[in-house]
Amino acid sequence: MSALVRSQLRLSLFVCTLLALLVGGLPLLLLLVPPLREARLLGLPVPWLLLAVAVYPVFAGLGWWYVRQAEHNEKDFEELVERR
Amino acid sequence: MNLAAVALVAVATLLAGSYGLRLSRTTSDFYVASRTVSPLANASAIGGEYLSAASFLGVAGLVLAGGADLLWLPVGWTGGYLVLLVLVSAPLRRSGAYTLPDFAEARLESMAVRRTASLLVVLIGWLYLLPQLQTAGRVVAGMTGAPAWAGGPLVAAVVIIGVLGGGMRSITLVQAFQYWLKLTALAVPLVFLLAAWRRDGAPGIADEAWLLPVTGDQQLYSTYSLILATFLGTMGLPHVLVRFYTNPDGRAARRTTAVVLVLLGVFYLLPAVYGALGKLYAADLADTDGVVLELPRRLLGGALGEALTALLTAGAFAAFLSTSSGLTVSVAGVIGQDLLRGGVRSFRAATVPALGVPLALALALPSSLPVATMVGMAFALSASTFCPLLVLGIWWRGLTAAGALAGLLTGGGLTGAAVVWTVAAGPGEGWAAALLAQPGAWTVPLTFLVMVGVSRRTARPAGVARTMVRLHTPEGLRLDRGDWRPRRV
Repeated sequence: MSALVRSQLRLSLFVCTLLALLVGGLPLLLLLVPPLREARLLGLPVPWLLLAVAVYPVFAGLGWWYVRQAEHNEKDFEELVERR
Repeated sequence: MNLAAVALVAVATLLAGSYGLRLSRTTSDFYVASRTVSPLANASAIGGEYLSAASFLGVAGLVLAGGADLLWLPVGWTGGYLVLLVLVSAPLRRSGAYTLPDFAEARLESMAVRRTASLLVVLIGWLYLLPQLQTAGRVVAGMTGAPAWAGGPLVAAVVIIGVLGGGMRSITLVQAFQYWLKLTALAVPLVFLLAAWRRDGAPGIADEAWLLPVTGDQQLYSTYSLILATFLGTMGLPHVLVRFYTNPDGRAARRTTAVVLVLLGVFYLLPAVYGALGKLYAADLADTDGVVLELPRRLLGGALGEALTALLTAGAFAAFLSTSSGLTVSVAGVIGQDLLRGGVRSFRAATVPALGVPLALALALPSSLPVATMVGMAFALSASTFCPLLVLGIWWRGLTAAGALAGLLTGGGLTGAAVVWTVAAGPGEGWAAALLAQPGAWTVPLTFLVMVGVSRRTARPAGVARTMVRLHTPEGLRLDRGDWRPRRV
């Protein structure tokens, strides 16, 4: 039981850490790296492309990956319980 | 034409509500739609309920006023669901709780914590409802020529009739419909607006300071505090959590949340574009919340402009109705269950104060801060109270009733004081004003510290081991989960 909670918690904290690095790092990155701040792609400013477009598919992808991993953990646990 | 659009949305909402009335008969139907809703319908309903006037109108307005830094607001409002997904969704569904106070009672076995949580649900709900009703007044007045006080009571009347008519079942159908209505209402005009912008030679924005993100310390603090409050505040919003109970099990709750991430991501691509077009064509607007509704007139004009304005007005009105309905059900549920005697009759009686108090406040304070700023404060309050309660309650056996109570009072008291100060004093300059306007960065960590610190010195609830089994194991397994049930309401 505590193994299940631990593995789920480890997975959740992994996603949260990734999110914190990504989201927490972005304002600093944009502040401290002027070339990135002022760069343009297809005529649009890169900070806008990152904040207004790119983050959303990343969130959705991370979410789906998490759901699959969490269900995998649960299946392992179910098999363990039923074998006993 | 705008008046007709508003009337059409109101009538459609009420019709869907009366359809629900025939389907819902028992109390549990009333609250949670008997858990028979599919993940896509449920996710659409969450999206429909969640995308309030702050998202439909407010984000574009704030982006127009503040530039790139404000793009963080929709990012946080979406990312909050990712945090909710990984930390809260499945265990919360498995707890069997209808509401946050139910969860507090189930996990901590304390009526004092339950009552404090109830009080906070009501406060967060009111803080969220107030700007919806204020903005409804401004929009309905601006778009139809009605007097400024009329919009709030109009929204309140439709919500009350809908909620009294059908409860949650009708609301689930209505909310799911409203997500797609809002998405269409924002996306279709944008196609025409962008075409007009191209015909205009696709001008760029010259204002570099507006285009570029953070420059100073204080702005950096505000950005981080906003990120923290929105990412962690989503999980504690009362109208969002009650939706998780309509999933059949914990796994479905997770999948629903993952679909919500996609739906919100698609929707939030749009307001930023409205903000940027507003910077080009409507930079002179005094009330920036109106930019979304103003653009078709300025770029297109004529019959097409009028038709698109009517569509946008319908979408905005749908946003007022859906969020206000969801909040009213949650607040009324808590008032009915914890302050009145419980049961359907109490729930119905409770809808009056649930909506009446913010309506009275909205009429007394017709307009203060931008809608998205006010909603941001509800997020800050939720992030510094319910987020620590849920996260520690679900993942740490050590959380005690005394610890939770101390944390809720600390976080709620400090954030509440900051909110009252900011609303009363209006926007200010300097560090003190920034710390009070965006309190999340200091109140959230403080609440976590207080909860952990006090819990370490007090005794754990007797049934914590069984509660943990209940929260974390798949429903299919036969294990001892304890016999706690939410009180029949």
